[in-house]
Amino acid sequence: MNPFNYSRSSAAAGAIQSLVKEPQAHLLAGGTNLIDLIKMGVVAPERLVDINPLPLKSVEKTAAGLHIGALATNSEVADHPLVLQDYPLLSLAINAGASPQLRNMATVGGNMMQRTRCNYFFDTAMPCNKRVPGSGCGALEGYNRMHALFGASDHCIAVNPSDMNIAMVALGAVVHVRGPKGERTIPFGEFHRLPGDHPEKDNTLERTELITAVELPASAAAFRNHSHYLKVRDRSSYAFALVSVAAALDMDGTTIKGARLAMGGVAHKPWRLHEPEAFLKGKPATEATFRQAAEIAMQGAKAYRYNKFKLTLAPNAILLALQTASA
Amino acid sequence: MKHDMIGDPLNRVDGRLKVTGGATYSGEYKIPGLTYGVLVPATITSGTLVSMDTKAAERAPGVLAVITPFNAPKVPGFQPGAAKPVKGLKLFNDDQVHFNGQPIALVVAETFERATYAASLVKATYKAAPFETDFHKNFDKGVVPNEGKYKDYVRGEADAYKNAPVIVEQDYMLPSEMHNPMELHVTIAFWDGDDKVTLYTKSQGVIGSQRAIAGAFGLDPANVQINSRFVGGAFGSSLRTWPHEFAAVQAAKLVKRPVKLTLTREQMFTLVGYRPLTIQKIGLGAAADGKLVGITHESHSQTAVYEEFTENAVNVSRFLYASPNANTRYKVVPLNVGVPAPMRGPGEATGSFALESALDELSYKLKLDPIELRLRNYTYTDPERNLPWSSKFLKECYQQGSERIGWDKRPAEPGTLRDGEWMVGYGIGCGAFGAYRSKTSAKIKLLPDGTVNIQSATSDIGPGTATSMTLIAADTLGIPADKITFELGNSSFPVAPTQGGSQTCSSVGSAVHDVCVALKQKLNSLAGLPTDSTAAIDYSSILQKLNLPVLELTQDSQAGDEAKNYSMYSFSAHFAQVYVHPLTGVVKVKKLVAVVDGGKIVNRKTASSQMIGGAVGGLGMVLTEEAVFDDRYGRYVNGNFADYHVPVNADVPDIEAIFIDKPDPIINPVGSKGLGEISLIGVAAAVANAVYNATGKRIRELPITPDKILTTT
Repeated sequence: MNPFNYSRSSAAAGAIQSLVKEPQAHLLAGGTNLIDLIKMGVVAPERLVDINPLPLKSVEKTAAGLHIGALATNSEVADHPLVLQDYPLLSLAINAGASPQLRNMATVGGNMMQRTRCNYFFDTAMPCNKRVPGSGCGALEGYNRMHALFGASDHCIAVNPSDMNIAMVALGAVVHVRGPKGERTIPFGEFHRLPGDHPEKDNTLERTELITAVELPASAAAFRNHSHYLKVRDRSSYAFALVSVAAALDMDGTTIKGARLAMGGVAHKPWRLHEPEAFLKGKPATEATFRQAAEIAMQGAKAYRYNKFKLTLAPNAILLALQTASA
Repeated sequence: MKHDMIGDPLNRVDGRLKVTGGATYSGEYKIPGLTYGVLVPATITSGTLVSMDTKAAERAPGVLAVITPFNAPKVPGFQPGAAKPVKGLKLFNDDQVHFNGQPIALVVAETFERATYAASLVKATYKAAPFETDFHKNFDKGVVPNEGKYKDYVRGEADAYKNAPVIVEQDYMLPSEMHNPMELHVTIAFWDGDDKVTLYTKSQGVIGSQRAIAGAFGLDPANVQINSRFVGGAFGSSLRTWPHEFAAVQAAKLVKRPVKLTLTREQMFTLVGYRPLTIQKIGLGAAADGKLVGITHESHSQTAVYEEFTENAVNVSRFLYASPNANTRYKVVPLNVGVPAPMRGPGEATGSFALESALDELSYKLKLDPIELRLRNYTYTDPERNLPWSSKFLKECYQQGSERIGWDKRPAEPGTLRDGEWMVGYGIGCGAFGAYRSKTSAKIKLLPDGTVNIQSATSDIGPGTATSMTLIAADTLGIPADKITFELGNSSFPVAPTQGGSQTCSSVGSAVHDVCVALKQKLNSLAGLPTDSTAAIDYSSILQKLNLPVLELTQDSQAGDEAKNYSMYSFSAHFAQVYVHPLTGVVKVKKLVAVVDGGKIVNRKTASSQMIGGAVGGLGMVLTEEAVFDDRYGRYVNGNFADYHVPVNADVPDIEAIFIDKPDPIINPVGSKGLGEISLIGVAAAVANAVYNATGKRIRELPITPDKILTTT
């Protein structure tokens, strides 16, 4: 851990100005990931701008849907009556992650900014292109049991570790951000990026931008009665997903009117499954349908030495998640 | 003895202190002028330190010293020809690096944060050498350890199993497992002049620590004070004095102030031992009726290039079952890794996993119930030593356990029982661990108000030693437990063995018993009664009657020839009911039953807790725990508490501990044989065998994670 300056910001404009002025400044919200990274020497900020005083905690119904402030904690969101009523998938996903202590501290914006849990990223004595661009990928030929099946590059095969993100992308959330030039929105599915030649960049947020809110569309409440988040992991709690699936169905009797499907633990970003969703639309909710959807989902999957089991686990998990959601 | 109170469920005497934060652990002592030490780990796996640049660290705020091999004051016990040479790694004594993570410097500063920061500024230049950390690649480099007891063992004919009508021959793999107690390893050290030193340190044996520190620094043991009153778990990782403890003492001498050195969680993976990666081959041969013809048990486990570590991995196959032919082979493979250490149930837990798994495989080949197979090979004497058991109630363990788990629901054909979408199975695994008794001394003090204080330099790493000792004293003296205090964890108390090998209740319990008997005899004789009078003594008035301010006695207690004439073991039978999901490969253990022949149970409440704790350790061994190496770099890739998975509460099922609770008539006056190890030994096999029963998939490489269920056919 390096010595750093600490300041608190009570206005979004001030926080953004700090980022503009100091290229090595980082925003601090719940700190559940950033503080670990600082202690491990993975990041070494010169300034931490504590944004907890910003008024970005509210969760409220809007004309467009549900507005969730970026500083709402994971616990507040997971337990919120409106979330439980209209978007239970999000609650399930959040509660599948971390531990109660962590969820009480972690924020929505912070969860989106969470770095990968790739072991090579965390160990400064081993190579990692995400931590030190150009140093090589330790995982590519190394212990890659937790790593990606989709969208990886030779520079990085790490996965996004968040559970919340998987539900957010499935529900078609929209991210509200604010920067020096004003505000803009980013579809959740375009917020995180694939590693390509720049694995050091996890997402499309500009360095001087601040996440202010995430909005869940009103239309996604149509899935409220048939959704499930399945997380397969090595122990019952406090473990990252081997594979996770967010499944949400809009059912008319036994017919699927609409479907949302996304996977975690398989890509550098929350992995929305658009083609299986399109396939499911109008089909009967049967095991055969779900198996076909899972097969479509797995097209293009590429495994490495230690994560080949995910080629079996991922379609199984999709099947089980869809079965549970449709029940 | 009559055991009026022994066995009663007494709450932990220090329970309130522990749950209210009132118990002060070694790292929590507020010592005036305390400074903080932080270790700098090597980032190569083998080679030589050429130079070190410590200037930036030394200039950093609050730094008092940076100790390296190039400037460290010499520790006498580290030198060639030392009177009491220190075993193993000698920090900062030379420029050699034997494993990745080996400390190459110690920074001492005014605060922990400043020491941590300065440690990050230390730069080393190495001349790297080739290294070997890949156990599988180096398997053939295994050597028979130097110690005689690890030589090949043969009874009857070697490898006789090969000629039997029904054969099982399989390899079983256990990865390295870390002790990972909640409490980090920590030492506070401070000197009084040049010849006296005091430590607050995490220790399973304060007398062992005292001797080690005195030997290393050339001090009179009486001038080395070790305190370790509360220990937040250890599981064997504090059986010895580790390099960082010597380093704290060395640093305190250099800076002439108290130094506290706490390992980080990451450093706990390299510096305080672990259960070593082991591959075992079991050969079992049986006649068609299930009678064993031959048992062969071979083991290869990893050790360090700089120190040999050995354990009893193969011994269980020599005596647990009747077989005219049995042979064992044991080898260790030296690698560029930190040295292992005994971890709860040490080698016996490793060995039991292999033997009990193979026996389960044999039962299916024979189409015999696994319990019936064990009964057909039951032995009423020790076939290894040709001696009677001091006591053995393993048959009773089978019977009670099978009733409690619902063994009658176990499908004879694997993979045929379902509950909804889950596959259900049942398994059994047995364990045995030597019942020991070491020489122990205890001091008793009777005060005029009738209260009694007893001291012995034992430890409590979790079983509730002070509580069980209080019960033994209450029972022997015939007074209520709340009139008694028992103190431990202080090297100035009478000598007691290190808390390891399940021997505390037997050893210290005997000393407590004997010192209480001695007190009664003394009081009888002072009162003019025959020394063995059983007349009730009024402890609250007797000193006043005798006009004595206090009565104090110290008593040694030790075994006689019992161990020469009897084979003494605790036995356990573990039963598991598991659910396995066919789509996700997730294994949920629904119920565990542990039935134990541990002799007389001194305190049913703490004994049950001890059994449950051991069973959870076994769950970790079989389902979640694995320290993974990247052999390209010689570093652990999951050396932290997030990625190395110990079981969480949600993994822990209903665990029932059942005690046969029959006193062993031979081992000691209390009749207690010990529980610490057998609480874990056998659990892994019970669960793995239940997984096979549920799925028909035999997984011989631990841990049984979802990927293995899905990819095993």
